[in-house]
Amino acid sequence: MAVITSDLTSAAPVLPKWIAPVLLLAFAYGVVPLIGSSYLFEAILLPFLALGLAGVGLNILTGYAGQVSLGSAAFMATGAFAAYNFNLRVEGLPLIGSIVLAGIVASAIGIVFGLPSLRLKGFYLAVSTLAAQFFVQWALTKFSWFSNDSASGVIDAPRLSIGGVALDGAVGRYLFALTIVSILTFLAHRLVTSQTGRNFIAIRDNETAARIIGIPVLKTKLLAFAISSFIIGVAGVIWAFAYLRTVEPDGFDLDRSFQILFIIIIGGLASIRGAFFGAALIVVFPLGLSRLGGFLLGDVFDSGVLDMSQRIVLGALIILFLILEPDGLVALWDRVRRRLLLAWQST
Amino acid sequence: MPLASYALGMMDASVYAPEVFARGLPLTPQSSVVGVVPTGSIADAAAPLLVLQGIGLSFGGVVALADIELSVRPGEIRAIIGPNGAGKSSLINVISGVYRPDRGHVLLDGIRYDQVPTQRLAHLGVARTFQNLALFKGLSVLDNVASGLAYKVRSNFAGQVLGIGRSPGEQRDSLSRADHILEFLDLTAVRDRLAGTLPYGLQKRVELARALVAEPRLLLLDEPMAGMTASEKSEMASFVRAARDRFATTVVLIEHDVGVVMGLSDRIAVLDYGRKIADATPDEVRNDQRVIDAYLGVASDNEDGAGI
Ligand SMILES: Nc1ncnc2c1ncn2[C@@H]1O[C@H](COP(=O)(O)OP(=O)(O)OP(=O)(O)O)[C@@H](O)[C@H]1O
Ligand SMILES: [Mg+2]
Repeated sequence: MAVITSDLTSAAPVLPKWIAPVLLLAFAYGVVPLIGSSYLFEAILLPFLALGLAGVGLNILTGYAGQVSLGSAAFMATGAFAAYNFNLRVEGLPLIGSIVLAGIVASAIGIVFGLPSLRLKGFYLAVSTLAAQFFVQWALTKFSWFSNDSASGVIDAPRLSIGGVALDGAVGRYLFALTIVSILTFLAHRLVTSQTGRNFIAIRDNETAARIIGIPVLKTKLLAFAISSFIIGVAGVIWAFAYLRTVEPDGFDLDRSFQILFIIIIGGLASIRGAFFGAALIVVFPLGLSRLGGFLLGDVFDSGVLDMSQRIVLGALIILFLILEPDGLVALWDRVRRRLLLAWQST
Repeated sequence: MPLASYALGMMDASVYAPEVFARGLPLTPQSSVVGVVPTGSIADAAAPLLVLQGIGLSFGGVVALADIELSVRPGEIRAIIGPNGAGKSSLINVISGVYRPDRGHVLLDGIRYDQVPTQRLAHLGVARTFQNLALFKGLSVLDNVASGLAYKVRSNFAGQVLGIGRSPGEQRDSLSRADHILEFLDLTAVRDRLAGTLPYGLQKRVELARALVAEPRLLLLDEPMAGMTASEKSEMASFVRAARDRFATTVVLIEHDVGVVMGLSDRIAVLDYGRKIADATPDEVRNDQRVIDAYLGVASDNEDGAGI
């Protein structure tokens, strides 16, 4: 047999892997708060962080464990409303406590709606996760207890503070979101490279073989639902508490679920970084499109046209990605980076 | 084929011998089963590791297996051959619990199962490969092989994420064992490649590695050499033999290449249309008229004919 020497490793970057995320975090904590405008925080970074985290959560379930879900927004809503109610009803519970408990509630709901995955696969599973989407939204609108009997169903999120330090301003909320997202993303990264993460991939790639080698398939699937829903639930808290500053069921509709699915498809399935690449595109793209449209077409380009053109371009993008780059923006980025590095090394 | 009345005796033995005892006992009742096929060179006296009793399986109208009796002794390489659709893969699927037989039982180490519990297969010391590649394409070769030890993992996800408790030790242990197997099967050069990117022949070998890493007592190989060149086949054959010798593993091997099978196996069972038409040593099978009619005669036409 011909000896297979690895031909791919020669171009590997020389820097250790942790350098890039550490530099990025240093920049995000040290530089961005100083130079960012409030528009940057309110319109770009906060939704980016919330959706990126939701993408990480969905990627664990769909990208790694191979279980398609259209219920992400339901788990976000569960997280947001649970955190609101814990915060409202439990005396003396610190905000962080409410958030963790909210994640656990979302995780429990995730397990319940993950049960069909023990029998269903692919498309059928996706349809059954729709049940979560509709049920949660229905329950939150139907029972006004969840929104503290407020007449409009729209409630103000509590003021953010950690350890007595108020984080109300745009920068404060940004740092609050950034911290939670960084911690959970780091843990998610550890998870997907652990034995459990490899079990997720094994079940995704070949369920029968996974069962034969003794991976507890049913337990592992439910674990994927639980962990994924926890993360998405916390993303929901960030979305409502830090970004919108209101808690309402409407924002967590099926469109949002699809949006998060698109984030991981465009960004890259089974990639933690991919979720943030995808979220960045999803957040920045409509802003860019509206500027471009306004610039080219002037007044004709109103919000209706924007909304429609946004859907069309996004749909086209997704089809393009599925055909040309099924591994998403991450793969594209890695390829470009490798090229640049090679070019740089050869000069 | 004598569908023996000993079946009743067997039931008693297995009902009264829970797993714990069965391992330790000499299991004399079962030695009568070995007597059904008195040929063979090694370990005639040893209790069989695997016994199939009256296995029947059909899919709709298709009879995949009919009345199959088979016994496999510890340490032997037991080949199953037969034309396409003869029921060979179905047999392995029954042994590994992927299929539940309509009739009959599987005895593993003296314990009787109507359907072998797939989820516990690895704990029972059974590993297998698949006719169609069943690697985890998105994992590296090393991780694929290490996943063969997943059944042993006792740390939970929280411990693994935080790197506390028994998880770091387990991780180190399974990676080092996987590395050993990779070295044993000459796969170290592709250790960090994604399994899905390897050429077919190497993927087959990685699958063998994943099965071997658990050092199973019983190894089921469904056409491990299919689609390989002659030299790859003989290399694979030597790996199978080496694995048997090194880990004292018992091997059940499905293979179409009669030349390879004759050289490699201790005993051969021949299936045709779901029935066992012969079960003997390679030499006897080679000269069996029914086998020649049903399979060998045909095989030289549609196989590459090497070694026949
Ligand atoms: N899951 C299944 N559903 C329906 N029919 C099946 C199934 N598995 C096997 N069969 C049928 O059972 C018969 C035996 O199939 P099996 O795969 O066991 O044959 P085989 O000896 O392994 O053949 P090959 O050499 O082609 O691999 C065939 O007729 C096949 O079509
Ligand atoms: Mg077969």
